[in-house]
Amino acid sequence: MHKGTLKQILLITDGCSNQGEDPVAVAALAREQGITVNVIGVLDRFDSEDGRGLQEVEGIAAAGGGISQIVQTRQLSQTVQMVTKQAMTQTIKGVINRELQDILGESETVEDLPPEKRGKVMEVVDELGETMDLDVCILVDTSASMKAKLPTVREALQDLSMSLSARMGNNQFCLYLFPGKRKQAQKVTAWTSDIGNVERTFEKIGTHGVTPTGPALKEAVKSFSQLSKKNLLFHDEAYDDGPR
Amino acid sequence: MKPMMTDRDDLRFDAGTVLTGKWHGHRYQIVRRLGSGAQGMVYLARACERKVAVKMAKDRASLISEVNVLKKLETLRGEPLGPSLFDSDDWIVNGRTIGFCAMEYLEGTPLQEALKRTSFDWTVVYLVQLLKHLQRLHETGHVFGDLKPENLMLMNPGHSVRFLDFGGATRIGRSVREYTVFFDRGYWGLGTRKAEPGYDLFACGMIMIYAALGHRFEKKGQGEGQLLQVIRTLPRLAPYQAVLAKALKGRYVSADQMRRDLLNHIMEKQEAPAACGKRSRSRANAGGGWLGAWVTASCIMTAYVLFVIVYVM
Repeated sequence: MHKGTLKQILLITDGCSNQGEDPVAVAALAREQGITVNVIGVLDRFDSEDGRGLQEVEGIAAAGGGISQIVQTRQLSQTVQMVTKQAMTQTIKGVINRELQDILGESETVEDLPPEKRGKVMEVVDELGETMDLDVCILVDTSASMKAKLPTVREALQDLSMSLSARMGNNQFCLYLFPGKRKQAQKVTAWTSDIGNVERTFEKIGTHGVTPTGPALKEAVKSFSQLSKKNLLFHDEAYDDGPR
Repeated sequence: MKPMMTDRDDLRFDAGTVLTGKWHGHRYQIVRRLGSGAQGMVYLARACERKVAVKMAKDRASLISEVNVLKKLETLRGEPLGPSLFDSDDWIVNGRTIGFCAMEYLEGTPLQEALKRTSFDWTVVYLVQLLKHLQRLHETGHVFGDLKPENLMLMNPGHSVRFLDFGGATRIGRSVREYTVFFDRGYWGLGTRKAEPGYDLFACGMIMIYAALGHRFEKKGQGEGQLLQVIRTLPRLAPYQAVLAKALKGRYVSADQMRRDLLNHIMEKQEAPAACGKRSRSRANAGGGWLGAWVTASCIMTAYVLFVIVYVM
């Protein structure tokens, strides 16, 4: 039985975009295409500039239907896996709410059920969260101010890979860094089920001054259509092998 | 798990506040705060002259999963593993809906404090008890998940360990719901985050290390080597080196197996006073009559601990 796939973009950044289109708008576009956008703001100091960053971080996640979290660099690992999992649960709950609307009525959601029934629904949500396939496109800000934080980001991604591999469903990841050398976002790892080996890609990157968050998000959204093409290809092959 | 939260969900309420459940209509009057964490707040409350612990959650999903596990445990016979569940409901206050559950108020000392106050011999006793409970929990098809001293309570009479917080309890075979890095084998690179008995047993090993050392520490480089180094260098852990290494490396398949192994090592430790006697002999040249007193004291201590173990079992 195919239960469908959850699609997420995970944006790890430390501040404000300063190039290209509005990332909040791009996040809204992503949401329209069934992709949830989660944002983790890695902020070590809360100065005036970070205040603006905070606003953007929350704005992108809100528009992208995802979760935002501000963390200190050292808490990154736990946050990354927690945000990813919480966003999965949130998406599944949203789908269930829509599916059950006939039963629940217009304004009601699962949250309005009595605790006993809600408990049973939550078991289903848990079950789905555990078994559904998950595609995550990870987008890492490598602008100059992030440089010192990159080793921690690398660790956090390895930790995320480990956490998710404990699930029963399949996971696929791809990794983009922005700004890229020539393009605004550079794909460093194509869709793969294992991001345990991102170590090398992080060593090579040089950091730049600009932060084109919007264009980078757009690239990430596009990556999902590449993935569906790839899946379609597999599907066709399977079809060809079938009996005629 | 304690990442910094942007605090939209403030759950602080003053003593005297009365909660009324939306569905079941039970009333609870807050007496005082018992604890708070990333997941929510726990209050001591009064309901019909009875003391209960009321847990309010920021994330209702996590509370519901805990309630589901508590309900399953209610059906277990014998000594209870955790607090019994009285009620689970919603409270609507100022237009907000807060999910809460009312549980038995466990009167005792948090293990966190007990470990600081009592001798290391007691830590081993608590661990033997803990492993007995874990065996029963695992038999229900769950692992505890977020196993750490803060989530364990030492009941006041009887010195028996009880589980306090089932928020991390996960069905075997799934991915662990909640964890704390220091007690998480994934963090130390010694296994996956899949819920299986070995996950909890690793945490048991870490509780022992934590108790012996008195504080937590961070990973430096390769986790396994670092932990084994710590085990080797702490004299208190010397008798249990083999057990700990096996627990950390995931060699035990069940809590029962680890418990038996640990008990065997405690019993063998009986010979330790004799060894100590030999060592203190050289010092005894100066001290004269110290040796006899030393050996007697050690023997009495060991006998006492053994008696307690036998009594508690």
